[in-house]
Amino acid sequence: MNWILFLSDMIIPVTFAGILMYALSKHVPVYDNFIVGAKEGFFTVFKIAPTIVGLMVAVGMLRASGAFDILSGLISPVTDYTGFPSEAVPLTLMRLVSSSASTGLLLDLFERYGADSFLGRFVSVMMSSTETVFYTMSIYFMSIKITKTRFTLAGALLANFAGVMLSLWITGLLYP
Amino acid sequence: MLNGLWGGMILLSIVVALFTGNIPALTNAAIESARDAITLCITMLGIMGMWAGLMTVAEKAGLVNALARRARPLLRFLFPDLGRNHPAHEPIATNFIANILGLGWAATPSGLRAMQVMQEENPSKDTATRSMRMFMVINMSSLQLVTISVVAYRMQYGSANPSEIIGPGLVVTAITTVIAVAFCKILDSFERKGR
Repeated sequence: MNWILFLSDMIIPVTFAGILMYALSKHVPVYDNFIVGAKEGFFTVFKIAPTIVGLMVAVGMLRASGAFDILSGLISPVTDYTGFPSEAVPLTLMRLVSSSASTGLLLDLFERYGADSFLGRFVSVMMSSTETVFYTMSIYFMSIKITKTRFTLAGALLANFAGVMLSLWITGLLYP
Repeated sequence: MLNGLWGGMILLSIVVALFTGNIPALTNAAIESARDAITLCITMLGIMGMWAGLMTVAEKAGLVNALARRARPLLRFLFPDLGRNHPAHEPIATNFIANILGLGWAATPSGLRAMQVMQEENPSKDTATRSMRMFMVINMSSLQLVTISVVAYRMQYGSANPSEIIGPGLVVTAITTVIAVAFCKILDSFERKGR
């Protein structure tokens, strides 16, 4: 399974090399464009900074209040039975609804358990391989006024469920 | 929707803290979380700047369009109803490539346009076509190769190797996309038989 971690190490250099070689062959001024894009990247962070403040505060307060412990206690009979980490349940559900709120929950898990814990790695992989299903569904179908979606939601939820379970499986495989 | 969610989370936390006696901790958490959010954003400035810079180079070099043209044979397999040279092919391919590269700002406009073009030929305007279903399910199965934001978050929270999750994320993303395509293809064939 070493090739999967090898992939992790290789993908950023390969992306850099591929894009730069392609752009240079097209005589695109690579450095100038990089600077323009980096500036836009800064603006993106500035734009999302208020939502990160808002949601991290809400999640931080929720954690400090003890609400997550109560919730974990309530669902642990089910999660213990299935072997799914109960701490990840709120994030898994929120991931379907809101990207920013799930980011708040992700950061909270990193803070409590560490980014390199089993849980931290599992939710990292899960966040990288799932989408905000309900949000995307509503944006796209509402834009063309479609109400009968013919099992589109079922398909998306199946892909999401598979993404969550495979993330758990692959994390267990790589970091036993 | 976030209005209710956000307000609800905070109000719930205060009510729970009143019962559990965690009000002092709650106050500290509010202040510390606000500070941590900005520390996180400072880390993200560097990484997001680097990645957005690289992706702008790719975009300006025409890489998105070049890859979209290469995707034609794949699109004919995924969307047999659309025929060989359909006007929806171009926005669909752009949306997929932009999603794969993680260019959210380029993915949404092309995705909406793809849906619009497919809607023009839709005989019943309130019902999704097979092609729309395939497009949406693939889109929501996650296509992104590198989720750079997660790498940035991991770095901020002290990971020894923030990028180690890219490989496993990629493998899972590939499998879920195959599952998404299989789901739609199987559903298509069932619906054809049922008619």
